[in-house]
Amino acid sequence: MDMSTPMGRGPKMKLVMVGNGMAGVRTLEELLKLAPDLYDITVFGAEPHPNYNRILLSPVLAGEQTVDDIVLNPLDWYAAHGITLHLGKKVTKIDRSARSVEADDGTRADYDRLLLATGSKPFILPVPGADLEGVISFRDIADVDAMIRAASRHRHAVVIGGGLLGLEAAHGLMKRGMDVSVVHIGPWLMERQLDEPAARLLQKSLEEKGMRFLLQKQTAELLKGGGGRVAAIKFKDGEVIPADLVVMAVGIRPDTALAESAGLHCHRGIVVDDTLQTFDPRIYAIGECAAHRGVAYGLVAPLFEQAKVCANHLAHYGIGRYQGSVTSTKLKVTGIDLFSAGDFTGGEGTESILYSDPVGGVYKKLVLKDNRLVGGVMVGDTVDGAWYFSLLRDGKDVSALRDHLMFGQDHCGNLGHQGINKAASMTDDMEVCGCNGVCKGDIVKAIREKGLFTLEDVRKHTKASSSCGSCTGLVEQILAVTAGGDYSAAPKQKSVCGCTDHTHEAVREAIRQNKLLTIPQVMAFMEWRTPNGCASCRPALNYYLISTWPGEAEDDPQSRFINERAHANIQKDGSYSVIPRMWGGQTTPAELRRIADVAEKYAIPSVKVTGGQRIDLLGVKKEDLPKVWADLDMPSGHAYGKALRTVKTCVGSEWCRFGTQDSTRMGIDLEKVFFKMWAPHKVKLAVSGCPRNCAEVAIKDVGIIGVDSGWEIYVGGNGGIKTEVAQFLVKVKTPDEVLEYSGAFLQLYREEARYLDRTVHYLERVGLDTVKKKIVDDADNRRALYERLLFALSVERDPWVERAREGKQKHEFETVAA
Amino acid sequence: MNNWTDILSLDEIPPLGARVVRHGTLDIAVFRTADDAVFALEDRCPHKGGPLSQGIVHGRRVACPMHNWNIELDSGCAVAPDHGCAREFPVRLENGRVWIDFALAGAVPA
Repeated sequence: MDMSTPMGRGPKMKLVMVGNGMAGVRTLEELLKLAPDLYDITVFGAEPHPNYNRILLSPVLAGEQTVDDIVLNPLDWYAAHGITLHLGKKVTKIDRSARSVEADDGTRADYDRLLLATGSKPFILPVPGADLEGVISFRDIADVDAMIRAASRHRHAVVIGGGLLGLEAAHGLMKRGMDVSVVHIGPWLMERQLDEPAARLLQKSLEEKGMRFLLQKQTAELLKGGGGRVAAIKFKDGEVIPADLVVMAVGIRPDTALAESAGLHCHRGIVVDDTLQTFDPRIYAIGECAAHRGVAYGLVAPLFEQAKVCANHLAHYGIGRYQGSVTSTKLKVTGIDLFSAGDFTGGEGTESILYSDPVGGVYKKLVLKDNRLVGGVMVGDTVDGAWYFSLLRDGKDVSALRDHLMFGQDHCGNLGHQGINKAASMTDDMEVCGCNGVCKGDIVKAIREKGLFTLEDVRKHTKASSSCGSCTGLVEQILAVTAGGDYSAAPKQKSVCGCTDHTHEAVREAIRQNKLLTIPQVMAFMEWRTPNGCASCRPALNYYLISTWPGEAEDDPQSRFINERAHANIQKDGSYSVIPRMWGGQTTPAELRRIADVAEKYAIPSVKVTGGQRIDLLGVKKEDLPKVWADLDMPSGHAYGKALRTVKTCVGSEWCRFGTQDSTRMGIDLEKVFFKMWAPHKVKLAVSGCPRNCAEVAIKDVGIIGVDSGWEIYVGGNGGIKTEVAQFLVKVKTPDEVLEYSGAFLQLYREEARYLDRTVHYLERVGLDTVKKKIVDDADNRRALYERLLFALSVERDPWVERAREGKQKHEFETVAA
Repeated sequence: MNNWTDILSLDEIPPLGARVVRHGTLDIAVFRTADDAVFALEDRCPHKGGPLSQGIVHGRRVACPMHNWNIELDSGCAVAPDHGCAREFPVRLENGRVWIDFALAGAVPA
């Protein structure tokens, strides 16, 4: 029996792919992950090579990498997946009624599904002499070989086209020792990516390297020399310059010839819908040949997004739509830093921030619209490119950063991890990811050897940036430098996890609108791809359910991380730590005695004072937890949860000679009201009794400073991975107002933040102004929010009491002897 | 030689959960999936020894609570690109009771 055919399903379906490039093969990889046995796959490639990384042709031309370095899927990959591979065969005919394709050598293949990934063709200027020997484009390995051969025998190279590709070709040829002139019809270089000042600066740097430029020149004719090879180029104004090699890099056109011959609708590409399907439902098109909503993308990241969606539909999952991409550009010319993204020209309704230092060779322009970054150009200093791009892509409100935005991430009040944000200046042995001990060299090696392109891939293979995430920007920069090009144009909207394409917001909305009360209900309603989710989405769903429908939705212990299931913090040896609550950091001799007795009775190896004014008992055996809680007879400190942690206080006016308000009392009141509050992430509060701020309120989610005339409330501070200073929300007069405003803010965060976003992330996303409108300006809304919080808290019980006294979840703490 | 032992009732393991079975000095995690399939693995993640019994069970996998490695329940092996395996123990379900074969429990881990 053929084991590859699932019993009872009959023979496999046939999938034929025309084109063997990056977008197409990526689709196959995604498909094989989802449905490895669904299709018999046949691939036709016109080139004699397996799939390689076309973006890296420039470094190959420049002699910085070899062809072998850039192969992504070696021949044994195709064999291992049972793919029939026809190399060097160009498909010339599609018979849609017989459902078959035929190549130029007569090879035929039948299909049930056809995937067109024919890519694009270079545009060749229709001038006399365009067919001479020595006139080529810059598109594939054969072109690169021709250029390398020419460089060893000839001297004068002319590149027609001053765009990204043309400049990379010119740079490579120069590195190969040729005299290179770049001819460009436009008034400045790269006009699709750069404005004039940026382009002039780029031109100057390239001229310093020895490149020559002829701008606003139109080619009239290519002249033949002895032996039939091109010898010179003649312009419309009559000027003639020598040229032993002419590289045409004036643009690419989607290669639609095959699709058109089969009668498929094409307009600036093979027209596809959001599922990458053409007008013939059996035929899909992907990559540079496809026109999606009028755009044919030529950059790798959008194509990989398309690949994901297309594979999903080919696998019969039927989930996911491609909705277009934001893209950025980086020039791969050693020693030239250039970055461009989004709408950099500006225009009506936009504002520009400019920085220009012609002598220092630095030019930056950022374009803002409605307080959001919509585009930017940088030449000479692109260190912050990845950061700007992420601000742009996420549509973050940058009004708070505006004054410092131009000076980069370093100047925006963040004390980044190690303060390093310049990947290029790092040596291979320098550590990038402090959580997982991953050095720059490890990441570069993984990107090269495993052919990685996305942040997600790098996380999976190296673990870098997969824990705290503070090095994400660095990893993205390393990807940009190593993999080249536009590596990370992530989807505009972030899905919850790989189990669904829905966003956090969409899931919350569905839970609220349709009164979904259990995780299986949400998964069924929103058509989850996996039977019961994963360790990322289940805790998020559980939180969204219990925060939206308190008292009605069921809290599912199996969908909580172990700490929230055991109500203690798991330690590296599998033991647990216990932190009882001490209201406002105040304790009593009786409590301290009980803590001491418990530590001795249960032989708890370590007792430590925490930064949050409490006491941590470390090394408790899991089976002892309920007994420890019972003997302590103190409330749960929730130090293990995405919940209200500590409320740190100073001694305040009761004792302190500087104190203006009773901060300890205020802290205790806040802690008692918000006790048992679950949240998207941990929540820390602090109250200081005077502006000397001994309780460090500036780095808390909600920080209160007592002043002589009342209380100042600050929100969104963070002392963790990245230090973030809390922002001033409002000043109020009475302790009751402190409770109401703080509670309303926390409830807004609980209702609107994505799971695992701290308050600072939430504020970055929505902006402080929005929060002020909802809490400070709108008294009715504020009270309603506060009421909803109080209601949610009224149905929560102390989990330690339930487990220590009432035997709840008993099995969690019992080992079975056998 | 087999050493099948009646351990506990299926009802004592929460669906999408696990129980720890202590056999001498050896801790074995017994998992129950949503469709009531049962698996037994040594309670040690191949990565840094984290107790797999404390992880989140999803599909036929468990996510280690320490560093979120995903382990296949039916083989004990980490999902690629991570690699390494936790020891698995033969387990069977009979009339609502879970049986484990401890024959290899004393063996040196491979």
